[in-house]
Amino acid sequence: MTDDESKSPSEIKSQPDVKIYSLSTCSHCKSAKKFLGECTIKYEFVDVDLLEGDERKAIIDDVKKFNPRCSFPTVIIGDKVIVGYKEKEIKEALGLE
Amino acid sequence: MNAQQLYDMMKKVQEAKGYYFNEDRERVFDLLESLILNKQRYGYMGCPCRLLSGDRAKDRDIICPCVYSVPDIAEFGSCYCNLYVSKEWNEGKMPRDYVPERRPPEKMPF
Repeated sequence: MTDDESKSPSEIKSQPDVKIYSLSTCSHCKSAKKFLGECTIKYEFVDVDLLEGDERKAIIDDVKKFNPRCSFPTVIIGDKVIVGYKEKEIKEALGLE
Repeated sequence: MNAQQLYDMMKKVQEAKGYYFNEDRERVFDLLESLILNKQRYGYMGCPCRLLSGDRAKDRDIICPCVYSVPDIAEFGSCYCNLYVSKEWNEGKMPRDYVPERRPPEKMPF
């Protein structure tokens, strides 16, 4: 039995975890969310501009760990970090190419 | 001011300088709405594609049109947000590459 055969269908099709650090006002962030939605990819996102106080500081520190320039969107796909809305890189990281 | 009024005003000012709104009208109006929202939130029209500090003095370089839009349009044909572009960019005469962040990290107040 191969690894895949031992897994349930949902496990075989499982996608890497996807998280977007975004701004609610940013055109590239909106494009990235729209694209993932169209690809029926599940993702989490946090609109950093809508956060306040300590929560905002903590999330900014998180973003900087992945992307020291703290620009948006910062897209995390599994262990890959994609800075900006780069459709080709996002597709590759998701194995859609 | 609504987005249409902002559009009409900035079109006149920016086209005189050789900068044009992206031909993608939906994207442009979405960005203009965000600029108006930022004006309401912070008191100035900070870049919608960057995290604003809420301090006008610290964000002076990223009040739209930002100081980086000039070199970005010269090099890439578009500002960071794809709001203002060159005529050639709109006409598809140059590649529409993703515009990287030009703002120096030391300018970021975070």
